[in-house]
Amino acid sequence: MRRLAAALLLTATPLIPAPIQAGEIWVTNEKDDTVSVIDTDTLEVIKTYPTGERPRGVTFSKDFKRLYICASDSDTVQVMDPDTGEILHDLPSGEDPEQFVLAPDDRHLYIANEDDAITTVVDTETRQVVAQIDVGVEPEGMAISPDGKIAITTSETTNMAHWIDTATHKLFANTLVDSRPRHAEFTADGSQLWVSAEIGGTVTVFSVADQRELGKVHFAISGVNDDLIQPVGFKFSPDGKRAFVALGPANHVAVIDTASFEVTNYILTGRRVWHMAWSPDQSRLFTTNGVSGDVTVIDVASETPVKSIKVGRFPWGAAMRP
Amino acid sequence: MPKKTLCRVAVAAVSGFCLMPASGLHAEPLAVEVVYLRQQEMRPPVLSNLDPVPEDLGIAGAEVAMADNATTGKFLGQTYTLNVIDIAPEGDLPSAARDALAGAGLVLVDGTAAEILAVADMPEAAGKLLFNVASGDEALRSADCRANLLHTIPEDGARTDALMQVLAAKRWSKLAMITGPKPADLAYADHLRRSAAKFGLTLVGEKAWSFDTDLRRAATVELPPFTQDLPDHDVLLVADETDDFGRYVENNTWLPRPIAGSEGLEPQGWTHVMEQWGAVQLQNRFEQTAGRDMRSRDYAAWTAVRAIGEAVTRTGSADPATLRDYMLSDAFQLDGFKGRGLSFRSWNGQLRQPIAVANARALVTLAPVEGFLHQRNETDTLGLDEPESQCHAFTE
Repeated sequence: MRRLAAALLLTATPLIPAPIQAGEIWVTNEKDDTVSVIDTDTLEVIKTYPTGERPRGVTFSKDFKRLYICASDSDTVQVMDPDTGEILHDLPSGEDPEQFVLAPDDRHLYIANEDDAITTVVDTETRQVVAQIDVGVEPEGMAISPDGKIAITTSETTNMAHWIDTATHKLFANTLVDSRPRHAEFTADGSQLWVSAEIGGTVTVFSVADQRELGKVHFAISGVNDDLIQPVGFKFSPDGKRAFVALGPANHVAVIDTASFEVTNYILTGRRVWHMAWSPDQSRLFTTNGVSGDVTVIDVASETPVKSIKVGRFPWGAAMRP
Repeated sequence: MPKKTLCRVAVAAVSGFCLMPASGLHAEPLAVEVVYLRQQEMRPPVLSNLDPVPEDLGIAGAEVAMADNATTGKFLGQTYTLNVIDIAPEGDLPSAARDALAGAGLVLVDGTAAEILAVADMPEAAGKLLFNVASGDEALRSADCRANLLHTIPEDGARTDALMQVLAAKRWSKLAMITGPKPADLAYADHLRRSAAKFGLTLVGEKAWSFDTDLRRAATVELPPFTQDLPDHDVLLVADETDDFGRYVENNTWLPRPIAGSEGLEPQGWTHVMEQWGAVQLQNRFEQTAGRDMRSRDYAAWTAVRAIGEAVTRTGSADPATLRDYMLSDAFQLDGFKGRGLSFRSWNGQLRQPIAVANARALVTLAPVEGFLHQRNETDTLGLDEPESQCHAFTE
């Protein structure tokens, strides 16, 4: 529709340049060593590019000119030109980089080294490791506060969120969460940190000011055994009022009221739903479904799934570029 | 892509880790000592020498878990030590056990069911917390259960239940069985029979293993006629728990049939072909430490030590009674790389865990199989459930 509207607009007023550009969702396929590129208007895979081994975490630079990819089994973070799919260079990442977060300075990557119990900080300009920080066993979830002052690593077997002072690269707090923490996100105002625990089946909300636990989100889906409800990746809605939490083998995304920490809805997805990304206009959410090898497109207004898109084997991470 | 090109990175500035106690947690320094008490067994000779039993079986699993606990402990001011007491086959278990129990409250016991029970019944074991990491014996989870003894190795009946769930789901319902002569073979065969009946499968014929030839030369000659008079079946079960003759059955049968039980499609607490649910990370850590694949007894020791670590982390205590209470509570959840949280059955102390039904190359299904329902937890469809267990020590 948007394209049609754009075309009509162009016909009517030929002096207005550049039609509305469709957005893209980039999905890493863990068992195919590729990224799939989905057009957010046509909802089709338009390109597939080869990557290093076992690509997982994925994110764009602020100008969307570089795509960073955790190539876990190649022990590197790759930098791809998203216009050509060409790998520009590799960054030192420490062993087995699984997930990372780009600092608000658009320059430093904080990387979880899953096999090494380390968080590595890399300067993407000098391509040097700036620091390595000892954290718990199997670090995975990575987050950074909106002001860039606090980085978070969650460790799956130690069951903690480790709070890193980005000025000193030292831990200043470690907070226990439920079993197997997977993902962490700060709220947009930086006042809260949310951490999902896959085996514990909960999301814990912390006050960033004093690392105090503010509450915990619990889940229940009729007909799904409690121990298969495993919260992993999640995103906040642009207005901050809702959180969308992928529940892994429960094959649903939960919608949470961020004011009450209560679940308001469950949305059916593909199998083992994992991470997600917003469309550029934030009307749709794209979830990676590892076991079914597809991406579910969710209409955010109605909170309903509208399409499944086949991608590669074991889609893991997702990142948007407009 | 070149593999492993950038294994080591140049570190411009490495910040040391910081021994900062976790916020709002129990931060008093705490030293946790765990004993691994092993009575070595006299293993009967087996036909093939291809797969020797590792000397550090079980112990290596405890060591990997200790390292995991120590990493977590450093954020909490908690330290862990493992004391391995390894008793020769002709050694004096009671006196070694007494010494071990005098100094430590948390003990993993590796031996036969009778040996484990003897240790648990010592006066010195009262008030201590013991973990059976070796015996799948049913009585230890039933009439012979002890309040101070938890079990992290799956019971044999849970393994055979898992296998039968998989066969039932595939509708491979007609079974035949070859049973070895050793007590462990006979006991396992009994579990296979009972599990087959439990899940509605039919055992159409059985034969007792009676060969005394060297099967490395004769299997192809002897096995076809030996299996020829079995009624037609979907799957041939093999009960050979000492790994003696089972390897020679596959592809040597009269009818072309899959093999399951102690050979072929095997139900196990752990197998090196587990790779989902983050299992690769544990496999990698284990392989780096032990230089071999992780086996079920290693995993049982790993889960016992990790259960201790998890309970110490959450309670801030190393007191056996405190840890036991926490482990048996609903709050306890251990991530065991099997896709579901592990917990203890509060009525008999058995670790509730999925069972891998796998062949030598791949996982076939992680039981409980979808569709086998239970009112409390689907994993309780495997092994003795509360109404069947004669264990009362946990409710007294």
